[in-house]
Amino acid sequence: MIVKSRRNEIVVAYALMTPFIIVYGVIFVWPSIKMFELSFTDAPLIGQGAWVGFKNFWRLQSDRLFSTAIWNTIYFVLLSVVPSTLIGLAVALGVNRLRGRLQGVVLAAFFLPYILPVSVVYRIWSWMFDKDFGVAQYAITPFTGGQHVSVFRTLPLFMPAVAFVTIWWLLGFNVLLFIAGLRNISSEIYEAAALDGASRWTQFRRITWPLIWPVTALVLTIQLILQLKIFDQVYLFANNVRTDATMVMVQYILKQAFQMNKGGLAAAASVVLFLVIVVASVLQFQLLRARGER
Amino acid sequence: MTAAAEAGQEVAAALATRRLARLRHLDLFGLVITLTTLVFAVVWAFPLYWGLVTTFKPEYEVVRPGVQLWPEHFTLEAYVHVLMRTKIGIWYLNSLITSGAVTAIVVTMAVGAGYAISQLKFPGRRLFWWTILASFMIPIPSLTVPHFILMSQFHWINTLPGVIAPQLIAPGALSVIIYKQFFDSVPKDFREAAVIDGASEFQLLFRIYLPMNWGITTALVIITFIGAWNLFLWPFVAVNTEDKMNITVGITQVHDAFGVSYARDLAVAMLAALPVAIVYLAFQRRVTQAIMLSAGIKG
Repeated sequence: MIVKSRRNEIVVAYALMTPFIIVYGVIFVWPSIKMFELSFTDAPLIGQGAWVGFKNFWRLQSDRLFSTAIWNTIYFVLLSVVPSTLIGLAVALGVNRLRGRLQGVVLAAFFLPYILPVSVVYRIWSWMFDKDFGVAQYAITPFTGGQHVSVFRTLPLFMPAVAFVTIWWLLGFNVLLFIAGLRNISSEIYEAAALDGASRWTQFRRITWPLIWPVTALVLTIQLILQLKIFDQVYLFANNVRTDATMVMVQYILKQAFQMNKGGLAAAASVVLFLVIVVASVLQFQLLRARGER
Repeated sequence: MTAAAEAGQEVAAALATRRLARLRHLDLFGLVITLTTLVFAVVWAFPLYWGLVTTFKPEYEVVRPGVQLWPEHFTLEAYVHVLMRTKIGIWYLNSLITSGAVTAIVVTMAVGAGYAISQLKFPGRRLFWWTILASFMIPIPSLTVPHFILMSQFHWINTLPGVIAPQLIAPGALSVIIYKQFFDSVPKDFREAAVIDGASEFQLLFRIYLPMNWGITTALVIITFIGAWNLFLWPFVAVNTEDKMNITVGITQVHDAFGVSYARDLAVAMLAALPVAIVYLAFQRRVTQAIMLSAGIKG
């Protein structure tokens, strides 16, 4: 009887797992293995290739375009991850003071951009920054002596502008996590600190910052992993002009695969992206945890 | 005695005024912060408003210098043009079909897998659990090339199934993890009582575990749908004809087809944003809950 019910449990379990196993086997496990395997061949996008060992990786290492892609990605990460985390915390502190309906409305103002498709964000901001008629030009011209600036056509401005738009787009996510974290800090701690005459700044330094640190670490890690995979905004704003100068890692993969028809090289670049993300997230997590335990 | 009492009263009064002054000072500081937050919120929402209001202006008002917050001549010309002259209807339909299918498949497979991993003992359970956790390590964009190869072997390039299939991993893994967590926290008493009454595993799942977690299912459905609707990279790679495009990919085409017309460009964008904006405004609390769940905060 017990044996029968035990066998029955296994049968039921596998019946429930079947859709998942099929989808995961085909769409995740197989492609992951294929990615590693391809990276050691000289295969075109579609078709067989010969085993070439680490040759693809050596080629990546000496490819100027690939180092441009890596540097642009790192540059973008620097411009977006820490600022969006700090601004997110600042906004959350402000929003957390509000109550009731007003809080809901203000939170929605910050959060609404986050749920929009990237193409919509792209359309809105190309209109905002438009060289001839964009309203953002009113904020730019005082610094340029009345000159209108084509922001996404000016190379030094490109990445900062894309990072700025990305922060506008995704900030709501950070704000939301920080607000959840702030709500978990008991108000009694603040009351006790206020009785002891602690200033606002001291309260922030000694209570809020250390207690919110786990959330800050979480937000930083999530943003880092997300922004290393940057592609959509960079591709859209570059609008097929001078893409080599603004190339990022995912874009390099797509270019090698779909324009150059080099499946093996693209797979090798994919493996590098994978390794970068694994190393970055493990390192960052360890660093942040160490700081939190201090 | 009286003098001492008077002195005491004076000290108390002085202290009270000082505290009051300090309170007023604090309030002023708080007021500044609150006002800054409100101004910042308006600034943040402005691009959205500006994009929306531009779509209701005739083209000569759109290019007029200055910040005109409301159209002088309200018009729907941009929307009419876009709806009549572009393939937006087809893109919308494609987006609805693919996002709907992704959501349905993800939730169905996640309920089953989440329940099995949470409640049942079977060989391979740990292996599956680790596979799911591992899928968070591999960045989905780096699977683009093998996905493309796989889909072309299936002859699914430029078809809706080809757009759907590779999207299932990321929300799928997340949903299994969330279902497992929530099924884990259902008290064992329910299970034991139902088993004694002779309930089968399927009855347990559909009569107890799933109904007790409807809120989670709603949250997962919403977040998966929004995620699928918004996805750009894979639908962009998997499709190369206008007829099979999703709205997020399709709207980047209009520009090229009609030259520069800001109102029209933005009208298409607003239509693309409409479903997710409605879902968010209608289910605000569920959406925020789902977002926090996806970040690993059980809210």
